[in-house]
Amino acid sequence: MSSWSEATARQRIAGLLDAGSFIEFLPPERRAVSPHLRELGQPAAFDDGVAVGRGTLDGQTVLIAAQEGAFMGGAVGEVHGAKITGLLERARTERPAAVLLLLESGGVRLHEANAGLIAVSEIMRAVLALRAAGVPVIVLNGGRYGVFGGMGITTCLCDTLIMSEEARLGLSGPEVIETTMGVEEFDAADRALVWRVTGGKNRTILGEATLVADSIDAFRAALVAAMQPKPLTLETLEAEHATLGNRLDRFGDMEDAVDIWAAMGIDNPQRLPLLDTDAFLQAVKGAGA
Amino acid sequence: MERLEFEFAGGKPVAARNKPVLAGVLGSGNLEVLVEPADLKGRVRVEVETAARGFGPIWQAVLTDVFERWKLGNIRISINDAGATPAVVALRLDQALQEYAGGDA
Amino acid sequence: MREWNRLGLNKAERMERGAALAQGKVVPPARIGELLAQVIESGDRVCIEGNNQKQADFLASALAGLDPAVVNDLHIVQSVLALPSHLDVFETGVASRLDFSFSGQQSARLARLLSAGQLRIGAIHTYLELFGRYFTDLTPRVSLVCAAAADAQGNLYTGGNTEDTPVIVEATAFRRGIVIAQVNEIVDHVPRVDIPGDWVDFVVQSPRPHYIEPLFTRDPAQISEIQVLMAMMAIKGIYAEYGVKRLNHGIGFDTAAIELLLPTYAESLGLRGKIATHWALNPHPALIPAIEAGFVESVHSFGSELGMEEYIRARPDVFFTGPDGSMRSNRALSQTAGLYACDMFIGSTLQIDLQGNSSTATLGRVSGFGGAPNMGSDARGRRHGTETWLRAGREAGTGTMPRGRKLVVQMVETFREHMAPAFVEKLDAWELAETAGLDLPPVMIYGDDVTHILTEEGIANLLLCQNEQEREQAIRGVAGYTPVGLARDKAMVENLRDRGVIRRPADLGVDPRDATRDLLAARSMKDLVHASGGLYDPPARFRSW
Repeated sequence: MSSWSEATARQRIAGLLDAGSFIEFLPPERRAVSPHLRELGQPAAFDDGVAVGRGTLDGQTVLIAAQEGAFMGGAVGEVHGAKITGLLERARTERPAAVLLLLESGGVRLHEANAGLIAVSEIMRAVLALRAAGVPVIVLNGGRYGVFGGMGITTCLCDTLIMSEEARLGLSGPEVIETTMGVEEFDAADRALVWRVTGGKNRTILGEATLVADSIDAFRAALVAAMQPKPLTLETLEAEHATLGNRLDRFGDMEDAVDIWAAMGIDNPQRLPLLDTDAFLQAVKGAGA
Repeated sequence: MERLEFEFAGGKPVAARNKPVLAGVLGSGNLEVLVEPADLKGRVRVEVETAARGFGPIWQAVLTDVFERWKLGNIRISINDAGATPAVVALRLDQALQEYAGGDA
Repeated sequence: MREWNRLGLNKAERMERGAALAQGKVVPPARIGELLAQVIESGDRVCIEGNNQKQADFLASALAGLDPAVVNDLHIVQSVLALPSHLDVFETGVASRLDFSFSGQQSARLARLLSAGQLRIGAIHTYLELFGRYFTDLTPRVSLVCAAAADAQGNLYTGGNTEDTPVIVEATAFRRGIVIAQVNEIVDHVPRVDIPGDWVDFVVQSPRPHYIEPLFTRDPAQISEIQVLMAMMAIKGIYAEYGVKRLNHGIGFDTAAIELLLPTYAESLGLRGKIATHWALNPHPALIPAIEAGFVESVHSFGSELGMEEYIRARPDVFFTGPDGSMRSNRALSQTAGLYACDMFIGSTLQIDLQGNSSTATLGRVSGFGGAPNMGSDARGRRHGTETWLRAGREAGTGTMPRGRKLVVQMVETFREHMAPAFVEKLDAWELAETAGLDLPPVMIYGDDVTHILTEEGIANLLLCQNEQEREQAIRGVAGYTPVGLARDKAMVENLRDRGVIRRPADLGVDPRDATRDLLAARSMKDLVHASGGLYDPPARFRSW
């Protein structure tokens, strides 16, 4: 069993797609590097931290992007963002079975300031345009850096999120919350708390994600089952807003994810973090946000 | 950041049909190595961009040993380094050259 | 006529002054400062129980809060300075002299206080040395110790983290000193008696459970492929070669990698039951997979490790546990086992010089030793033979009288992070000794005790070196691309390799490209939890779930 969190972006692509089917757009030898990092005296990765291209999954054509968390925490710079946006725009004409976003990112690359911010907003716009065109956009989040900031928002704009327990999803990162709101609000050093709140299990309980074990095979299996678009209409949006409003009313005052799990009627919620994926899914069956 | 260039006499030229190979990632204490075919009259050229300044002689020594092991020619190697130790550099180069040369080594 | 019981009479006076503040032996927490002021006299030798892990933190801060006009010039004799309060006593003037073993996180502040003249250091000891001096010329007059629970009679339960308590209490109580224990709870019946009540004078329930540092937890996710490579070399080139069964591992990712390769790589070499069966070791979480795979027969520990309690309780055949089920550790006895009953010590260091001396000292820090020098030294008093010890002795081949040798292995990458070379011409310890006014450069392991140096470039077997020059070239020959390594005599190094003094990975049949993290029996903290059958409960800071 090959671990998703241990794998590099390129290893994830190779493990997920049909063997040998990946064709990379703008491969490393094209040297589409960040023009900003060099000026700041930092080495710039040959692919600017993201690999994009086309391949097949069980014979179906997909477009795919994979962020490399080890390079600057997967942060989105101008070139990095443009590669993802370009892929999403290409999908509107190519109409693949799905676009797969293998995300691992702290959000905007601060070194690139406005260029990074614009890049992320362009990704969001391209995701929505593609969904409107009926091509599903699926996020696979299993890296150890998690997905935060603008890429956290992007994730919530997509059709489907497949996530492992080790991965995290949030808007502001734990350290940012602690720095701005104080340690009483969120203790970023309490890793168990951080994962309870932002980790894959809580996201699954809240109905945001499909939980899988930390293996490339598990991600692949869940992906094959998830390759259809979810309707994006005014009705579905209003329903989602209502769900989120309801969630805020019920749980908005709570201090810890465990309190939410208890309020949902899950038995003995303290044990959830220790359960493996199958036992966890059994334990939370029927609980609803 | 420092930019370093090295050339080695090289050995058996590897056919230009070989596909470029990327090994490693540019993460802290790590490096990425890109190996490509190039018409260099049998020589090997190595370009390094590194976050750690002042280690030119160590790069020279590490690369010299690597190309003692790998008698290849007509290749261009580009390295982005984020402070990898010589052990990691040598390992990454071995991985990249093994994959690149395949049966030609 | 001479009075032969001055110590006893003096203790009686102190006890009389203190008795008014206690109900029997039990002191209310709010009055602990007053009690200390009554039973401690200026100039006393005082031991604050500062262990590697468990800390008498409540008593330490009470001592630091005393009025130096009332109590001053104390001589602190304690193994580990771990907490800020351990140094506050010198800043306030309550204490002025110090004998210790290890200062860890307080090492930089200790260096500053020292250069500001706020304390004098007698000596920096190894653990066994300091414990030995408790029973000779550094016996504490008052000891402030730490336990999990006490009853009203003063019986103490110290549980898994017994650590230094027995040795401190024994030295103090039997020389008419005063023993005060802080406990997490006062109970009707302690689960087991680790310290008999009549050796203890006062107990106080601390407002918070005592602090314990999870010092030996290494997250497998941080083990690098180079460390995997070095672990493979260690297993094949040393463990298997010498059939090392009884051993101690240092703290660190290098040795954690070895622990995690036992059930995979060592198993594939058919080494189960043949190596690494008996350990003097804290309960390292990284050892769980090897225990589960049947590699490990016994582990005796210096202290415990947070989160390992239930796992240890469920493996009484492996760990030393009491009738109550919890572990009993004992630093003095485990150090003795490490010194005399182990055939190998293997650990990491920061700097190694051309004679093989190694040191973790860095400028501006007076950090001391702990226990590594006890275990990382040849026990010249040892007389019993084992295959491993006799083989090493034969390789050392000194003189006509047959003798054994302990294997002392230093395992380092040639460069540490930020490209700091691990091999140097001259240890920083020399300059530190000068600036801090120490008697000796603080050398962790002396070169003449080291038998092997293992780096990613190879293993240098110093036992086989015939003279100082060969020894130096053997060290240079595994020092990689450090300046020390680049200055090697290439012909001589090749000659040493031909003779098997230096062995490269290829000579051992180890291919660096096989050294991937896939070989680790656990690659994450969660893997360790799973390997333990859910019994290991890591502290929150190590979790990603």
